[in-house]
Amino acid sequence: MIFNAIFLALRQISRNYLRAFLTMLGVIIGVGAVIIMINLGNGTQAMIKEAIESLGSNLLMIHAPPHLNPSGTSKSRNFTMQEVENIAERTAGVKAVAPVSMSTAVAKYTNKNVQTSITGVTDGYFTAVDWDVSMGRKFENREYVAGVNSCVIGESVKKNLLGEAEPLGARLKVGSIVCDVVGVLVSKGQGGRGNDQDDVILMPLKAFQRSIKPSDSIYNIQMIMISLEEETDYKIASEQISTILRHLRNIPEKAPNTFEIQSTKEIQQTVEKSIGSMTIFIGAVAGVSLLVGGIGIMNIMLVSVTERTREIGTRLAIGALEKEVLLQFLVESATISAVGGFIGIIFGFLMTLLLSSKLNIPFTFDMQIAVTSFLFSGFIGIIFGYLPARKASRLNPIDALHHE
Amino acid sequence: MSDFIKLRNIVKVYGSGQNSFLALKGIDLDINAGEFVALMGPSGSGKSTMANILGCLDKATKGSYLFNGVDVFALNRNETALLRRNYIGFIFQGFNLLARTTALENVELPLLYRGMPKKERRKKAREALDMVGLLEWEKHTSAQLSGGQQQRVAIARAIASNPLFLLADEPTGNLDTKRSIEIMEILSNLNKDLGITILMVTHEPDMAKYATREVHFRDGEVNKVEAVIK
Ligand SMILES: Nc1ncnc2c1ncn2[C@@H]1O[C@H](COP(=O)(O)OP(=O)(O)O)[C@@H](O)[C@H]1O
Ligand SMILES: [Mg+2]
Repeated sequence: MIFNAIFLALRQISRNYLRAFLTMLGVIIGVGAVIIMINLGNGTQAMIKEAIESLGSNLLMIHAPPHLNPSGTSKSRNFTMQEVENIAERTAGVKAVAPVSMSTAVAKYTNKNVQTSITGVTDGYFTAVDWDVSMGRKFENREYVAGVNSCVIGESVKKNLLGEAEPLGARLKVGSIVCDVVGVLVSKGQGGRGNDQDDVILMPLKAFQRSIKPSDSIYNIQMIMISLEEETDYKIASEQISTILRHLRNIPEKAPNTFEIQSTKEIQQTVEKSIGSMTIFIGAVAGVSLLVGGIGIMNIMLVSVTERTREIGTRLAIGALEKEVLLQFLVESATISAVGGFIGIIFGFLMTLLLSSKLNIPFTFDMQIAVTSFLFSGFIGIIFGYLPARKASRLNPIDALHHE
Repeated sequence: MSDFIKLRNIVKVYGSGQNSFLALKGIDLDINAGEFVALMGPSGSGKSTMANILGCLDKATKGSYLFNGVDVFALNRNETALLRRNYIGFIFQGFNLLARTTALENVELPLLYRGMPKKERRKKAREALDMVGLLEWEKHTSAQLSGGQQQRVAIARAIASNPLFLLADEPTGNLDTKRSIEIMEILSNLNKDLGITILMVTHEPDMAKYATREVHFRDGEVNKVEAVIK
């Protein structure tokens, strides 16, 4: 009996490929959409997480963006070395303090030149951003103190400017000065915004201030990066820093800050929160796709119910048992659902692969989601294939035959 | 012999309450094995209702039906289906062949439900198709066959499983005279040569002439019964 049912079911599917395909389409769309949505969502989340983590785990960035207070008495202002020293001495739980200034300049070597970004640093910088050299050395204390024209170059600068030439000891022309390469940084690759983090030349802050971006002002430090000990509360630390700076700058009680303190921890927490709501959103969209697929299956099944009911009436009239008819329809809808689900998984997999490479999102494939959506769509397919058949096969054969 | 089919006080009510309709008003009818009965009467007189009950496709509201000594109304759904499968063939006015299915496959279907092995099934189905003169059309689907041919396939399907009792509800209702006569000759031969008991619903006296007995219905009652004089 089971053999006959399978035979009849497959034969009946082969009699009407269009109907079978239209039914499958619902399953394919449902399963495919869920797989694409969830996997692209997961990929995006992984990418965002990675980008934030590359910022460093517990870092404060103090800077003075010009938009902070464009009008009014207190203008936003860069920082002095004295302020940096005060912060370093009077803030609790600090690992390293790194005053930096940045600019872009053209770097030349023999007949090649490239535009790159120049960062003036102190020895705290390497600790604060957790960066080391892969060749040569970092700056020595005397170079910081005297502001020697030495530089440590990023991997990209080495590749673009020096090519195969020996980097250590090479003399680069940076802006208007000549500096000697003493080290090459470990490659960091792409940053969170798709920027090339290795396209950089570091030099001692003093050298930078003297030659790259000369200024008469003592407010010649663009940003202070402070890496905190892992257990330090970034809120307390930034509160302390704020108090110190306000005091040094004589900012009145009610007046706003002339600087801004950002915390990577805080950014991480904010982004994690929005990732959380993104997950919910993606889940909802995926749910809707499944539903749409389900409605598709339902529709095509209901459209053919009249024809199928008459078919059932005929089968019953010429001697089929109720359970034989049911088994046939069960096998039929299960086969269609399974094949559709399988195609849906393949379709979803390929589309995820294609889209993630097009959108620059890391490719992920969640097998559990694939199986779940497969089962769900399969379930809908079977339910809507089977229930009308069950109803029809319980009718008097003559009523099934005369179904309108 | 006379105990083949025994109907007593068969009542059929369609619907319920206000809308109920009394289609059969207590029919008593006996059919002997080997008979060819023509059930006649005006449209709406209850002929199809009677045929469906006799063919176990529908249940009567009241009464008793003995088929070959079996109390049909005491059977459950499954037992009724088995009775249909093993002893009864049905031919419909609308043919009711399966769509997109070849003539041979249509005829094979009741044999398949009987669990007959493929080889034997093929052979039997071909024999049945041969009997209605359609052997060379076995590969054609319903859509590729004329009305008369479709009805002959339906007859082949009904007789392939060697039923004791063949019911035909206006088998020539959708056919022209020439095709109708072909069908009637096939039915008449099945009755004479294979001894299959036949009940045929018709309202055409010309077709009823092929039967051995005419039963006339009027308003859900037996109006008159007469032997056909050849
Ligand atoms: N399924 C049904 N529901 C309600 N009334 C029906 C149904 N089938 C038949 N009838 C009614 O029963 C009466 C007898 O019908 P039927 O047996 O088909 O007559 P005939 O075949 O002699 O033309 C008709 O009046 C018809 O309207
Ligand atoms: Mg009728």
